[in-house]
Amino acid sequence: MAAQPHDLLAAIGGVPVPPGDVVVEATDVHKWFGRLHVLKGVSMTIKRQEVVVVIGASGSGKTTFIRCVNHLEKIQQGRIFVNGHLIGYRETGGRLVEDRESNIARQRQEIGMVFQRFNLFPHMTALENIIEAPIRVRKIPQDQAIETGKALLARVGLAAKAETYPAQLSGGQQQRVAIARALAMKPILMLFDEPTSALDPEMIGEVLEVMKELAREGMTMIVVTHEMGFAREVADRVLMMDDGLIIEEGTPEHFFQNPTHERTKAFLSKIL
Amino acid sequence: MASPLRPSLSDRLRPAVVPAGAAIVAVVLAGCGSNAAGGGPHLNWNYFFDSVFHPDGQIRFGLWLTVSIAITSQLIGVILGTFAALGKMAKFRPFRIMANIYIWFFRGTPLVVQIVFFYFGLSVARIYGWPEINILGFGIDGAIQAGIFALGVNEGAYFAEIVRAGILSIDPGQMEAAKSLGMTYAQSMRRIVLPQAARVIVPPLGNEFNNMLKTTSLLVLISVPELYTVFNRKQGNYFAPFEFYLAAAVWFLLLTTIWSFIQAWIERRLAKGTAGSATSGPGWRDRLFGRGQNPAEEVGLVSGGR
Repeated sequence: MAAQPHDLLAAIGGVPVPPGDVVVEATDVHKWFGRLHVLKGVSMTIKRQEVVVVIGASGSGKTTFIRCVNHLEKIQQGRIFVNGHLIGYRETGGRLVEDRESNIARQRQEIGMVFQRFNLFPHMTALENIIEAPIRVRKIPQDQAIETGKALLARVGLAAKAETYPAQLSGGQQQRVAIARALAMKPILMLFDEPTSALDPEMIGEVLEVMKELAREGMTMIVVTHEMGFAREVADRVLMMDDGLIIEEGTPEHFFQNPTHERTKAFLSKIL
Repeated sequence: MASPLRPSLSDRLRPAVVPAGAAIVAVVLAGCGSNAAGGGPHLNWNYFFDSVFHPDGQIRFGLWLTVSIAITSQLIGVILGTFAALGKMAKFRPFRIMANIYIWFFRGTPLVVQIVFFYFGLSVARIYGWPEINILGFGIDGAIQAGIFALGVNEGAYFAEIVRAGILSIDPGQMEAAKSLGMTYAQSMRRIVLPQAARVIVPPLGNEFNNMLKTTSLLVLISVPELYTVFNRKQGNYFAPFEFYLAAAVWFLLLTTIWSFIQAWIERRLAKGTAGSATSGPGWRDRLFGRGQNPAEEVGLVSGGR
């Protein structure tokens, strides 16, 4: 087992502090894939240092929703603000117009994302994966980016793997590198899209440990996952999505002890 | 269709390659003999042997031209093809239209027509006269420029499809990951997607260059003194088409053979970087004798003949 993750945010100079108290403000978000209505008016507010776990059956829209938060998916109605900035769009005369690409890219710098299938860059070593965006996007000097990158790798327990290519890493190791890669941009918000769903069972723990440590250190996080143990341990709030809507919301205790909605009960009985 | 249990045609023919080589040598020797005896077809094998073993200045210059024209045209083709591929996939509609028209036109018309049109057509119409230009002290003849231009532009249209298929073969998650880190489309393409696509593109690129080496011979039409043009002239001068065309074939075969070794070496080096992917390209034997599809052919990356 790798060393316990520790002081993750110290490696990037402490907890990135968002300017306001509210980090994410989504109101009445609608999304259609062609004629399929996948988000039917999702609203949520996420405060600074809050950890929110989104659960729900596949097809409920939870993954689609967090992909909208950094504009990997377009929305057709509603507003998503991160840090007070409207994500992906400009408002002109009450109508939403997709924003300029450079503006969208700038907004995404503040939002880290971890994918189900890791999506590490296979032609780059673990360290190169981590320093690529800080150097190219944030224009940080190379030696400084390398220093931060190595510190991050050490703190997710992969100090020895800096020069290793993703194909030679296990799934759990790849996902830890992916988390380090996202952190290297000093995001004020981290999105996790089913980060352990593609992992062999014995590797889930090492990734969850990193995520728990991150939560404890005060990172603001939205996590789509089925790992209820993780939710119980670190989530401030759990949102249950079903058929494009948030149908129930509460503390982890609420979900474990007396979920109210029938769909929630049915869903939890299947995964617990 | 051959059943999977039976050896493929090329497998069955493999044992025949060596005897066939021996037969060619025998024919050559017999030819020498019959020549010495003064009977049979009158072949002067010295033309052939001299052209192959003691190439004169014209042949050496022709070789140099063929290789340098092929390399330059291929380079132009790679650059144009990459831009055309990106244009074809662009969000901005005018780029897509431009790329599509380019590819449509140059794949839809014969290369031969393109060559003579660009050289004779443009100069006679006084649109562009192809004056000699000077690069680093070398005067470059207008016909050579026109030839490189036509070959490069034509190649770009074919290469665009190879690049596009290469880009499409990369997991969309790569682009998403790059974008989620705040990289722009151009940055993501250049730093993340294209380097990965390049690995897929290299094997068909090798095939394209093999073609290009041979296709330069079409420049005989505008009298560029490349390898084929030289031999075409010689065979006319001495009225010895058998000897000189055979020698031309040997020289082209030598060029493409050397290239196949270089290509195998490049692909081995590329494969080394990819940990875990043990798919090294086919060896030089398979490459020479046309067995062993390269991986790109399986996913349909290789364009057909012209």
